[in-house]
Amino acid sequence: MTDFLNALVALTNFVIVPGMAYGAQLALGALGVTLIYGILRFSNFAHGDTMAFGAMATIFITWTFQAWGISFGPLPTAILALPFAIMITALVLLGTDRVVYRFYRRQKSDPVILVIVSMGVMFIMNGIVRFMIGVGDIRFSDGERFIISARDFKAATGLKEGLAIKTTQGITIVTAIIVVAILFWFLNKTRTGKSMRAFSDNEDLALLSGINPERVVMVTWIIVGALATVAGTLYGLDKSFKPFVYLQLLLPIFAAAIVGGLGNPLGAIVGGFIIAFAEVTITYPLKKVLGYLLPESLEPDGLVQLLSTDYKFAVSFVILLIVLLVKPTGIFKGQSV
Amino acid sequence: MSEPFLIGDTMTGGYGKGPDILHDCTIAVNPGEIAVIVGPNGAGKSTAMKAVFGMLEVRTGSVRLDGEDITSLSPQDRVIKGMGFVPQVRNIFTSLTVEENLEMGAFIRKDDFKDTMAQVYDLFPILKEKRLQAAGELSGGQRQQVAVGRALMTQPKVLMLDEPTAGVSPIVMDELFDRIIEVARTGIPILMVEQNARQALEIADKGYVLVQGRNAHTGTGKELLADEEVRRSFLGG
Repeated sequence: MTDFLNALVALTNFVIVPGMAYGAQLALGALGVTLIYGILRFSNFAHGDTMAFGAMATIFITWTFQAWGISFGPLPTAILALPFAIMITALVLLGTDRVVYRFYRRQKSDPVILVIVSMGVMFIMNGIVRFMIGVGDIRFSDGERFIISARDFKAATGLKEGLAIKTTQGITIVTAIIVVAILFWFLNKTRTGKSMRAFSDNEDLALLSGINPERVVMVTWIIVGALATVAGTLYGLDKSFKPFVYLQLLLPIFAAAIVGGLGNPLGAIVGGFIIAFAEVTITYPLKKVLGYLLPESLEPDGLVQLLSTDYKFAVSFVILLIVLLVKPTGIFKGQSV
Repeated sequence: MSEPFLIGDTMTGGYGKGPDILHDCTIAVNPGEIAVIVGPNGAGKSTAMKAVFGMLEVRTGSVRLDGEDITSLSPQDRVIKGMGFVPQVRNIFTSLTVEENLEMGAFIRKDDFKDTMAQVYDLFPILKEKRLQAAGELSGGQRQQVAVGRALMTQPKVLMLDEPTAGVSPIVMDELFDRIIEVARTGIPILMVEQNARQALEIADKGYVLVQGRNAHTGTGKELLADEEVRRSFLGG
């Protein structure tokens, strides 16, 4: 029995908790991608760097707050900085739309042109972020480090395995739930939210109904700015902030959005967790868990790690390929790519 | 004869920079009337209706609503002026519920539209039953009811239907025609393009037979049904 509990705790500690936190971060990122795809009808390659920009804004404001001696008790100061960073990121996105995307929208450019335009925006944003904050690793998490530390858990339960839940992991999940709840309430209950869904569903009919496309686009960028900032900040808090990492995050985020069904918000969330758990499970050495569960004679010799963590992005790639081959519209019947 | 309520007067025009599709085509409708545009495939029936609604360039001629020249207005502005349009395809928000479809129909209205929604539900009781269901899950006939209901939400002064019975079964078609007559009885003029010429002319107060973008025959529905040439050419004897 204790063996089983130890296995369960080890699995929770190394797979379930990190998977939940990572899944929540991917889900928030994928929500931004899917909203842009649904409403502006292109795949926004600049989204990863938008997240980096949002996180950078949060870091600068956090540093300012820390310099002023403001803190958020046991929680990271970054949470206090978040609303301000969201405002800055939303303004930058609205500016980008005004200067870049609106021109192509007026030209009625093909989605593939907008994709390439977004890659240009991606490079510029990436450059700006690196120029402003540097390329190094930045840790900006302060406050209490653990909700439950491994040592406390062991002392409390008497088990051999410890369970640690970092504050940032707890915050990630709670924040993600709040943000998603607000987003779904907005999309399903408010007039503006419904008009966004209508516009995404059938643009011509939306225009006939008197829905103002520029307003829909504006609201979308603001929401995407908020989602990207929250996702980028949570990821940076949980791991660390490094501009290049966000560029790499683009792949799992797109995989999540496509697996769930592009343009479908619920799909983005489910896709985020699927990708996260696939990545974490496949790259985690299961030896310890199996060691508790199996009789000694069957105990594996190797690490039972299906894939080294260096190859974790391959997991997203493979899932993406399978989905595109078998069910291109994704799990929740989004638009096909 | 006094000026009709809505008239596309001697319209000539085509899509974009393309060739003219309509040639001196005239279409009009008055309150309480159902006007039907019929004709062979490719005659420009839908094009004529789209011209009236401002979806293509009218190069000569004009469109007037209640005496006002609206030739240069965009379709959106025409909706605000009181024109309701139901496109032939993609005429509902499939992922939204029936009720949300109706709400979106009333998007330009700033006042309370509860009464209008109740009227639409009275007209189409099945929609009330299915109001929380996604419109895309409904049957073909029910979708058309949603489409018409959506257009009625602005309380339009004139309703334009582009082939409302396309792709529905004959039984559903009869039912839809009944509903359309009911809408007309409320006093809203209806301009309609129809593939099913005979049934459409039977309910029509006024019929326009178009051939190659020109008015070929015009008259009351009964006159056209009785007209030997119209019968022979378009109604199959």
